[in-house]
Amino acid sequence: MTDLILLKHELLLTALLLIFILMKLGKDISNSSFLKMSNALLLINFIIGFFGNQHGQMFASMFQTNELMALQKNMLNGGLLLISLSSSRWLNNHIHLPEFFMLIVATLLGMFFMISSNNLLVFYLALELATIPLAALCSFDLDKRQSSEAGMKMIMSSAFASGILLMGISLVYGVTGTLAFTEMSSLIASDHLTVFALILLFAGFAFKLSVVPFHLWTADVYEGSPVAVTSYLSVISKGAMVFVFTSVLYQVFKPMQEVMYQLIYIGAVLSMTIGNLFAMRQQNIKRFLAFSSIAQVGFILTGISGFSHTGAASATFFILVYVFSNMAAFAVAGIVSSAIGRETIDDYKGFYRTNPFLSWVLAIALFSLAGIPPTAGFFGKFFLLSAGAAKGNYVLITIAALNMIISLYYYLRIVRAMFMDKNETPIGSVNLSFNERAAIIICIAGILISGIWNGPFHTIHHSVTEAFSITPF
Amino acid sequence: MNLTLLLIIPLLTAVGVLFCRNAQQVRWLSLAGAAVQFILVMALLFAFYAARSNGNTDAFLFSERCMWFAPLNIQFITGADGISVSMLLLTAAVVLAGVLVSWKEETMAKEFFFLLHLLAFGAYGFFISLDVFTLFFFLEIAVIPKYLLIGIWGSGRKEYSANKLALMLMGGSALVLIGMLGMYYQSGANTFDLIRLSEVHIPYATQLQFFPLLFLGFGVFTAIFPFHTWVPDGHSAAPTAGSMFLAGISMKLGGYGCLRVATYLMPDAAAYYAPYIIGLATIAIIYGAFATLMQTDLKYINAYSSVSHCGFVLLGIGMLNQTAITGAVMQMVSHGLMTALFFAVIGMIYQRTHTRMVRQMGGLLKAMPFIMTVFFIAGLTSLGLPGFSGFVAEMTVLMGAWQNPKTMYRIATILACASIVVTAVYILRATGQVAMGPLKQHDEPLNDARWYEKLAAFILIAGIVAIGVAPFWLNDLITPGAKIIMQKIVSLSR
Repeated sequence: MTDLILLKHELLLTALLLIFILMKLGKDISNSSFLKMSNALLLINFIIGFFGNQHGQMFASMFQTNELMALQKNMLNGGLLLISLSSSRWLNNHIHLPEFFMLIVATLLGMFFMISSNNLLVFYLALELATIPLAALCSFDLDKRQSSEAGMKMIMSSAFASGILLMGISLVYGVTGTLAFTEMSSLIASDHLTVFALILLFAGFAFKLSVVPFHLWTADVYEGSPVAVTSYLSVISKGAMVFVFTSVLYQVFKPMQEVMYQLIYIGAVLSMTIGNLFAMRQQNIKRFLAFSSIAQVGFILTGISGFSHTGAASATFFILVYVFSNMAAFAVAGIVSSAIGRETIDDYKGFYRTNPFLSWVLAIALFSLAGIPPTAGFFGKFFLLSAGAAKGNYVLITIAALNMIISLYYYLRIVRAMFMDKNETPIGSVNLSFNERAAIIICIAGILISGIWNGPFHTIHHSVTEAFSITPF
Repeated sequence: MNLTLLLIIPLLTAVGVLFCRNAQQVRWLSLAGAAVQFILVMALLFAFYAARSNGNTDAFLFSERCMWFAPLNIQFITGADGISVSMLLLTAAVVLAGVLVSWKEETMAKEFFFLLHLLAFGAYGFFISLDVFTLFFFLEIAVIPKYLLIGIWGSGRKEYSANKLALMLMGGSALVLIGMLGMYYQSGANTFDLIRLSEVHIPYATQLQFFPLLFLGFGVFTAIFPFHTWVPDGHSAAPTAGSMFLAGISMKLGGYGCLRVATYLMPDAAAYYAPYIIGLATIAIIYGAFATLMQTDLKYINAYSSVSHCGFVLLGIGMLNQTAITGAVMQMVSHGLMTALFFAVIGMIYQRTHTRMVRQMGGLLKAMPFIMTVFFIAGLTSLGLPGFSGFVAEMTVLMGAWQNPKTMYRIATILACASIVVTAVYILRATGQVAMGPLKQHDEPLNDARWYEKLAAFILIAGIVAIGVAPFWLNDLITPGAKIIMQKIVSLSR
């Protein structure tokens, strides 16, 4: 019974899910009071996540957890809370508010299991749990055609990715005769079949992470989905996948590091370059952020390619930074989109005149994404590149550095539109609600503090070192 | 003397500005902050002299260190030698003058002064850092304020210029980033600590590989040919204080980085690449001078001449001897003061005549004698008249350069000398047309400088004359620092 504390994060989410269902079944609650209660619950969930974390395994070693995973889950919990706060305007007017929370908590639950999985079967199940509700969420703008299209695209491409992944899993099973990660890593040898299996597995991952060339679904889905879901997709869903990369693939496929390195190298270079080049030409701010997030994945892969504690720590730290930065950017985009209904970059011309506060928020978020000090993004990018450089592959680092220039170019495009361009009819002044203000201030504080203050990075690095010394690889 | 004060004061000023209620408060708070910085730097100067005369021969004084990111061995180390102190002096003077010159900035005054102080914060931090990571951190902090200053308060093709500047400087720092990561891992020291790195001998092959990246990266900031193209556009589009900061402080970040990071840590490679550096520097000097001849806009004149003058900095560094390096640092200080003065004066003229075109002006000496006198002084400093700082600095560089007997170096020196003649042509032509002759018609009556403009000019001129008349104090300040750099070059190069 005491073991159940290992399942704490998952149990909490399940409880939340049940409460939401009960609330929906009970008497009619108005959206605003439902929102208040759900925010309070998410906050409680987030806070409890920090206490009493232990490491250990459950269910015949199919499930494992440790301090690092707990930390990662906390980050995702916090991200969910931020989404709920920042998109309160849109949520408030939605007729299916309880369903939104049920679905989003369900997919987060899937992601938690995915992070903690110690067995390919559990991993696959968790992945599906994480994906299917997401597809429903993508089409949550019920009166928009694009939104249904996004949901459709999401489910189709996910099914395709799952198919590839399953093929990889079955090949791995064929080669090693086991599905447990712990046994697998000692059985894996670098023969052709395993390489093929690894490539298939990697492709499956790459789909979810939208690594080029598996990124084609990303832009359309991001554009069509409601902003709340887009930010969930780009921050939390991606973050979970990155965590899986660092804590699972790192260790399971350790004997095949060379092949992994080649795959990650190609993925990183392509994602950065293509993502950036396409982002330059986007007009819709959500599409723009979609491509920029593809480019960011390239940077994350650069850090992961270092295959070191620092690599895992820097990737995890970058996700933390990314939660704050991207969430701030999406918060502004979402607030503007639901208040005014406009989403193109040209609409942001003259934004500073009418909304100085929101303009600074968006500018700081974009600077953080571009990696400009003193924002946390600078530290995040620097650590990633530094972890990547440890391998001595300076071609990769050079490409990454050049990509930082390109990315600055298009991030500055928005800054320029807001601060410098003249506009006869700028977006009118937007009044922020308490929730939105809270979300934005948390994000900005995170961006400004979590880099300069070395605490977060040290904590993450410490738990990475701990975690890698506990797990018996 | 606690060097972190130099970081805290600008930061406090910048943040304080945001809480001001009106433009009046913003101005006075900015002035107070800049003045405190100036006093601090003066105190630092005297503390530095005192320590040196007490026989303290450490390479870097007032050094402090604390661990920042232990897993990556990134530290926060501050310290100063004579070279950094002279750069800090320059920064403090230009910041003070810049704040005074923008006294009447009314549009979005809060944001304007906030960005100015943020830029100053970056510059101060850069000059006191003794850890390459911290150095890089501050180098990049200074980029975005420049972008916004030009883009929002600039004139002409401001968006284009701001973009160009930000991207080229970002390109420069990207090169620096690769170079420093390479140095971190390939030196075997796994540290960014400048002092530690200067003690290990970085392998020759590594030096050859990463020196060009570091030198070119920093070089972009100091307008190394062919990466100088952001200079004319950026400077001419920027608001007055922005141009002053850009040319007076920001371009010096590059020169200082070339010297402190690239040359100091990789002396072998510096010796290997010296001919290329000198070649590029000579091209910049000559090309900058001739390009200035063709300009008709006062700001463009000064911007192109900055390319030429900064060529002297790189020439001095490339010559790799003590005199030349001392001269290079002096030229940085001198050019910083001179060009800041020049841009300040151009700003004053533009405010009154609403034009910067030389042809549309004339006879201004009668209408505004004070401003025109300052204009003359700036011009004469630029063309190297004895008694002003430009002469001393350029002379030192050229004397150092002549010590090198190789034919190619001799030719470079002669060409650099010859450029001064060209400088004289464009300076005298411009000053003559603007100041002399009949007074052209202008929409508004022209009035002379106000108190704040006079004060700003006075501060900068005081610096210029102090160096020009009594260069030894600056020379004494710089020489030990240059000596340490030279010792490494002599002891290690084969």
